[in-house]
Order: sequence, then C-alpha cells, then structure tokens
Amino acid sequence: MSEKVLLDYGSGGRASQRLVSELFLKHFDNPELERLNDAARLDLQGPVAMSTDSFTVDPIFFPGGDIGRLAVHGTVNDVAMLGAEPQYLTCGYIIEEGLPMDDLERIVASMGEAARHAGVYIVTGDTKVVPRGTVDKIFINTTGVGRIVADPMPSGDRATPGDAVLVSGTMGDHGLTILGTREGLSFEAAVQSDCASLNHLLLKLVRALPSVHVLRDPTRGGLATTLNEIAISSKAGMEIDEQSIPVRPEVAGGCSVLGLDPLYLANEGKFICILPEADAEKALEIMRQDELGRDACRVGTVTEANAGKVSLVTPLGGKRLLNMLEGEQLPRIC
Amino acid sequence: MSLKLLDEFRNPELCKGLLDKLHSLVDREFRFMEVCGTHTVAIFQSGLRSLLPEQVVHLSGPGCPVCVTHESEVNAFIDLAERDDVIVASFGDLMRVPGSRGRSLKKAQADGAAVEVVYSPPDALKLAAANPGKTVVFLGVGFETTAPTVAGTLLMAREQGLKNFKVLSFHKLVPPALVALMTDPGVRIDAFLMPGHVSAIIGVEPYKVVAERFGKSSAVTGFEPADILGALVFLAEHWKSGQPAAANLYPRVVRDEGNAKARAVMDQVFETTDALWRGLGMIPRSGLELRSEFEPFDAKKAFDLEIVESPALPGCRCGDVLKGKLRPDQCPLFKKACTPASPVGPCMVSTEGSCAAYFKYSMD
Repeated sequence: MSEKVLLDYGSGGRASQRLVSELFLKHFDNPELERLNDAARLDLQGPVAMSTDSFTVDPIFFPGGDIGRLAVHGTVNDVAMLGAEPQYLTCGYIIEEGLPMDDLERIVASMGEAARHAGVYIVTGDTKVVPRGTVDKIFINTTGVGRIVADPMPSGDRATPGDAVLVSGTMGDHGLTILGTREGLSFEAAVQSDCASLNHLLLKLVRALPSVHVLRDPTRGGLATTLNEIAISSKAGMEIDEQSIPVRPEVAGGCSVLGLDPLYLANEGKFICILPEADAEKALEIMRQDELGRDACRVGTVTEANAGKVSLVTPLGGKRLLNMLEGEQLPRIC
Repeated sequence: MSLKLLDEFRNPELCKGLLDKLHSLVDREFRFMEVCGTHTVAIFQSGLRSLLPEQVVHLSGPGCPVCVTHESEVNAFIDLAERDDVIVASFGDLMRVPGSRGRSLKKAQADGAAVEVVYSPPDALKLAAANPGKTVVFLGVGFETTAPTVAGTLLMAREQGLKNFKVLSFHKLVPPALVALMTDPGVRIDAFLMPGHVSAIIGVEPYKVVAERFGKSSAVTGFEPADILGALVFLAEHWKSGQPAAANLYPRVVRDEGNAKARAVMDQVFETTDALWRGLGMIPRSGLELRSEFEPFDAKKAFDLEIVESPALPGCRCGDVLKGKLRPDQCPLFKKACTPASPVGPCMVSTEGSCAAYFKYSMD
C-alpha cells in the first residue's frame, strides 16, 4: 500500500479491498467480519442497548490513547451504562486524503486491541476518503449493541432521595490531557488520558447489585454537567462534598494554571454510580478491586430538596451551586 | 507556589476563626468591593459567600478585564478579524464578548474570520512568524498584570524585525478606575479588596489615595479563603475604628513597592491615554497606548482605527453591576435574556464576571 491514504482507497475498487484485507481484517480479526458480506448477522436475544458516537479529536494521538481507542471505549462504555454487555461494534471512517498510512494502521491496530480487551467484535464498517482540507485527518463513528443484563435497568431518571452518589476514580484526566497536548503545554508531572473500557467492571457491579439506580459516564461537560443531567431527569436534588471528589494533584495544578475546573473536564474511563445508601459500601468494594475503579469513592447524596439542582459543599463548609457547563471552557486572560 | 504550601490558606479551622472574628466585628451593614475577577470567583467557588455574616455585602467591581472592555473596542476587534489580510490573536475569554452590534469574535470566526486563541502574547509572535503573508494583530486587553508581558513581546518583535506583528492596545489601569468609582455619587462602598496580581506589578502606593482622599481602607490580598477572610477582618477593624489604611496582606507574592522592572518595560513601550470602560465610560489617563517609537507595531495606526463610542447595549445594566449599585440578580435581563450561553453584557461573558459567577455558583 502507498505511504499515504489516497482518494482511491475510498473508491470501492481494488484499493479499497486492499485496505480492508491488509488493514481491517488483520487487526479486527473475527469470524463475522471475515465473511465480508454487505451486512453483519448478529445473534441477539432479549432487550438490547444500542449507542452511537462520532469521534473527532485533535490531536489524534495523545498521552494515554488515540482516536481509535477512544472510538471503541467511548461506545462500549455508553452501551455498558445501561447495565448491558457490549457485543458488537460498527465502525465508519472518514479520512482526509494524505493521512500517513502508518498513522491509519496505528489507529486501526489500537482499535483492534481495544475491542479485544473489551470483548467486542467489530463486525461491519465503512471507509470514505475525502479531499484534503474537508475533514481534519480522520473522523470515526462507532455504533455498539449489547444485551441488557441488569434488571431493572439503570437509568438517568432513577436517582432517588437518600441514594449515595459514587464515582469510579479521578476526574478531569482526559480533558486536561487533550487541552494540554493541543496547546503544547507541559505540566509539572505527566498527565494522561484515562480512556478505558469499563464494561467488565460495570457488569460485575450490576450482577452483584441489582439495586444500582443510575450509571453514567461523565464525558463531555465533566462530572458537574452529568450530575446536573441526572438531577434534572430524576427530578431530585444532589448534595456533593467537594473534598471527597478525587482529582490528581497534577490535574488540579494544570487546571489552576489554565483557569479550568476539573469538574467540567471530560473523562473517558470513569463512571458515576447512584444506588441506595445501604449498598454503597459493597459497590465501592467491588469497584476498588478492579484496576479501573481503584480510586472509587463516595462523593455525595441524592436529596429531596433543590430538585433539579446540584449543590456543592466546599471544604470550608460553605454551600454553592454546581451548575452545568455553558459552552466550552476557555483559558482566561489573567 | 506549590499547591501544598497553599493548603494552610485553605485550612477550615483557621478560616472558621477568622469568620467568627468578622461576625463579632460587623454590627451594621458593611459593603466591601473586590476589584479582581479572580477574587470574585474565589469568593463564590470556595463557598465563602454563603458563610459571610448577613450584614457583610459583597460587591464585585470593575476588576475583570473582559468585563470592562468597551463594546466599541469589541467592534474594532471584529472589524479587524474580518479583514482578509489579518489574523487576530486573542485570549480565549474575549471570544464571546458581544460588541454593540451583538456580534462577537466567536460569531465572526464561525463566519470565516481568522481568529486564533493564544495563551500568551509571545504565542501571537510565533503566529506572525509562521504567517508572513498576513498581519497578526494581538488584542491587548488586560490590566497592569498583562501589559508588561505585552510590552516584552513588543520588544521581542522589534528585535526580530517582525513587520507583520501588531498590537491593538486597550490595556487599562486599575487606580484611575477606583478614583472614578469613588467620585460617582451613587456609589456606596466601605472598603476594598485589592487585586493580588495587579498589585504585584504596581505595589501598594497607588491605593493610598483611596484612604487619603476618600477615607476608605483597602487591602491587597491573595485568593485563598484565609487570604480573603484575613483581609476582610483587617478592613472591618479599620472601618469600625474610623482609621482608613492601605495594607499589603499578600507579602508572599506582592512587594510593597511592586515590580519596578516590569513597570520599566511597560513604561518603555506604553504611555497613558484616556480610555473607554464598559459601564464606566471615559476615564482620563486610565489606558495604555503604544509610544510613538513603537508606531510600526501599533494596530490603531496601521489600520487607521478610530474608536467611536457606541451606545450601551439596550437593557444591559453591567455598568451598574460593575459599580456595585446593582446585584446581578437584580438586573431585569439576568437568567432571562442574558445567560452564559447567550450573554448580553460582558459581566455574563467572562468566567470571572460577577453575573457569570452569580449564575454559576449562587443557589438563589
């Protein structure tokens, strides 16, 4: 194959076939994809969760991950948040003409590895190559499906007054890594994306504790925005204890320099779990046994008061609103 | 400064002691104003505001550089950005500030104008070097804190002979604004928290006028809860005893005499001029413009810009908010026509603006 991705590779002709056989089949190796039919045949029974997401990240390679891994983990996690077992992924690429073939292979290999790790098959896909300048390097869409295991199903509108609010680990790692890499900033200590598939841990959790009311991943907009979404859907309030929210010191440091708030930065390997108080300790125990939930902790309580709002109790004992993110966070003047 | 070192200024026990002291001192309405957006945010974000005695009234003054950038200045930014031969380099928080025609740099960018967000003025210099076919204009907005870095960047530009780099200077000076504020008849302020960053450059001397001429105390302080509370206790004591004073309570960062070297660089490049402040209007000798020897880098001269004072945005009461005459939630537009997602006035745009802080942090 050529050193760069040419328009030919998206033509449907021989060049496209070569891309499929030498790249996608090599890295996504699975029996369903190998049939190369127009569509994939899936065996699904009972209620199924389905989610789609498009990934456009600049830079495409960053400390702790790349756009390919992100595209697998992101969709796997969205499916898993319904208490489902992600099984199949689709994968669509829009590639800018001229992308180095090595970069594409790195991304595809990374997706293959991420899919194997998550235990999902990438069963169908599509590639388009568009003229230079019409997209930024590469855009990836993935759609995932999986059988729903949890019964009743966790849902964003089920937070109930008295429930405990847990998070699976430190906040803001991914968001700060991307902003930092994009701007060429170097921080006191290395920060890296937390991008990971959470499905194995989530399944363990919902199998052990059918009482889980809400599972959500605080991606774009961060913890603050996701908590607000849950409070609004559930028509309940939330009281969060600022001191108990885990944030790595290097992330806190980077944020204070840039005027950013880690509670509004994206996470790609963390989840929020809301469940009855009585099961909170058990849930934390399960989470902490897993590498991806090592820093799990309780951060607050669902309340009847202040329905639709999230309040934050500060280390001083003061109380203030923890509002949703408005637009994107922009670095400040001074 | 390491975060560990700052922990002692966040110590809840220490803060509780200071709060108790403040409670015991304040027996009638005590109105203090902070003149720095970082203080505004710190007071809300730390939850301090919910813990202050009821009679302590917290006012946010004209201390956020974005908030005091005049709508006609924003118009000039947008006009420049829309020129084909220009790339505008701006700090991020200016992007959403509306000009008098309701447009912002962000909207202009969406319509195809070349606007680049930079983190520091030298980044704009790199941008100019990388784009020799275009003129890169850095939008010089900010107080005494930012001006020395911009001045240093201009010296670098001159040394490098970069002909396609310009600065549009709308830098503003804090002390003249304080005097303008105190001479406004409707303004009621008992004491001032002075900005930590600005004071690191100008020192404490320029604030003495507030005590000597207007009989009000001021304290330069840092941004941690104990810094702020310590300063409030100091201010309340002097307010109560009727002995106005100007103190530097931030010696770990601010020297009484400020930073003479930074001021020298600033003086080498800039001279004072009258400036338009949003909400406060024209304030004599409160702005900085490029000295004539830096004319080749002066965007005002290069593009023959004339800043025409445009009428204030209809209904927007940012001016009264900046003077402490109105609480953000008392503005008829607050949370209705004016939200951070579609701000009418600059106090809602900047993350350090008092309306945005009120919107973001207040439980009311």
